[in-house]
Amino acid sequence: MVGSKKNTVYSMLVLLPSLILLLIFVYGFIGNSFYVSLTDWGTGAALRENPLKNLIGLENYRQLFTGAIHDRFRQDLVNAIFYSLFLVAGTLGLGLFLAIMLDKGPKGENTLRTVFLFPMALSFVVTGTIWRWIFSPKGGVNLIPTWFGKERGEFLWLSSREQVAVFNWQNVPQIVALILFIIFALLLYGGWKKGRQTQIIWGAVLSGLMLFYALVLHNLLPPIIPYEEFHGFSLATIGIIIAAVWQYSGYTMALYLAGLRGLPVAMYESAKMDGASDITYYLKIAIPNMWPITLSAIIIISHISLKLFALIFSMAGADNASTGHPSVLMYLITFRANNFAVGAAISVILFLMAALFIIPYLIQSYRARR
Amino acid sequence: MSQNTLRRVSPIVYVMLLAAMVIFLVPIYMAIITALKNPAEIRLATAWHLPSYPYWQSFVEAYNMLLPSLRNSLILTITGTVLSSLVGSINGFVFSKNRFRGSEIVFTLFLFGMFIPYQIILIPLFQLLRAIGIYGSLYGLILAHVVYGIPITTLIFRNFYDQIPNSLVESARLDGAGFFGLYGRLFLPLSVPGFVVVGIWQFTQIWNEFLWGVTLTKQSSQPVTVGLAQLAGGQAVNWNLPMAGSFLAGFPVLLIYIFFGRYFIRGLLAGSVKE
Repeated sequence: MVGSKKNTVYSMLVLLPSLILLLIFVYGFIGNSFYVSLTDWGTGAALRENPLKNLIGLENYRQLFTGAIHDRFRQDLVNAIFYSLFLVAGTLGLGLFLAIMLDKGPKGENTLRTVFLFPMALSFVVTGTIWRWIFSPKGGVNLIPTWFGKERGEFLWLSSREQVAVFNWQNVPQIVALILFIIFALLLYGGWKKGRQTQIIWGAVLSGLMLFYALVLHNLLPPIIPYEEFHGFSLATIGIIIAAVWQYSGYTMALYLAGLRGLPVAMYESAKMDGASDITYYLKIAIPNMWPITLSAIIIISHISLKLFALIFSMAGADNASTGHPSVLMYLITFRANNFAVGAAISVILFLMAALFIIPYLIQSYRARR
Repeated sequence: MSQNTLRRVSPIVYVMLLAAMVIFLVPIYMAIITALKNPAEIRLATAWHLPSYPYWQSFVEAYNMLLPSLRNSLILTITGTVLSSLVGSINGFVFSKNRFRGSEIVFTLFLFGMFIPYQIILIPLFQLLRAIGIYGSLYGLILAHVVYGIPITTLIFRNFYDQIPNSLVESARLDGAGFFGLYGRLFLPLSVPGFVVVGIWQFTQIWNEFLWGVTLTKQSSQPVTVGLAQLAGGQAVNWNLPMAGSFLAGFPVLLIYIFFGRYFIRGLLAGSVKE
């Protein structure tokens, strides 16, 4: 609803302080971090009042992705992707499962909901401290096999150096090109099915380019780093993923339960009338109908997965290379090594990863509100 | 699905729910039994065993070690919660009932601040706090929490005020209520539930925060999350103290969750469910 002119003036005056603060603290600071990432701040006396800063372009980024000393960043980036994938899959899967169990309104539903949701209220530092004890190598979960008369487990939950799905960093451009090829090929297919000409042309050109790069060009160009460097899914992250799934599944459960309860009863009844079992109802009708909820849960959990800093810090320690994450490395490089420029570059990369999810989400919600 | 469709809940569902509940409570079980063990009794091989007798001394020790940081957290959290709730309330009032051309764009600009990974603002924030001389004090942390709390508090209050019917606003305006009269006499008194949701949300968020706590404070201004991380972080730790410390650090928010869980969940869903 729109008020009078005087109202509009007051409204703007009321918002002004918040707007100025956010323009500085959010937008100004993001710009400043981006600027800092283009400098060499941190090579000299970094903590001086007016430290020396020279613009060096994208050198910090080049170093992070291809420089010999920053191989930890590259592993952390790989870890970040796996953290996000497993956290999304784990919380959505478990949350949906719990929501379906609760949907039928079992006795004690309130108690159960409370139990599944309480970890959300706690700080990652609190839960991380407890989980660290549970995953200690010679106690905790490793003792469970002994209850069944077996040997104690030997897995080093938080410090294992083992990796699976290992790949050579030199092949990353090729892998990225192939993933983009698949995305553009799907675009092409979608355009072909719906008969959209421009979409067909773009899909064909881009997927062709990606395939050409991956199969031909990549092998002709010099490698991005001069030696083979291997990264993969670090098994030490499993413990942290379990703890994070435990903490956030209650949240997805709450989202899905609200979604299930929001579906019209007639939907269930007509499915039953057609002879569908409960399982068919959930798989074929309820879950597809909750797609908007799934989408926003994916966005929010992906976003949370970029904020695992406190959990990793308290569970495995900031210095633990096996469980690293760019957010932890940013802290180490900025506040322990005082290398502000490289720290800022890592923060910009994290920001861009988050923006990938957040900006489409905000645009969509802006359109929905208007 | 509505409650009134009578359906039988199969025993398999109960078994699975019970199993899930037990698994969800494992960390709490481990924390309680370990905190209550005499340090001499804590051995890795008997990690799952109940204590032979309850040993409360660890709670006293952990309390004494965490006392300064608990005090800091209490001051920080209460101040931050009150200030950011007040700002969010008046902002929400504007965005809900006093829209103007472009207010939706401003609102979207506000919301963006809620979704950024805070590493991206950390270095300039650190620099700014140092430049204005409040780095390492509680004031710096309070400032950060109030400013970065604006988006979520504004969002929750906006959604809350959207439920107040426009006809009520119209008739108050016809009776001559101006902008501040309308807010002060009509909206503020109706806002108690809104303040409860926002207050609980901000309280838990600020209490639980760690990144700023560990980068923007000195020893004397550490919040409890940092105090706990230090208590637990040493090598060869005695596990009774970190576990007792976890309880103390988690206790205030757990208490809120148990008594006001309904409102906590509303705050939780506010960030994700669009009206």
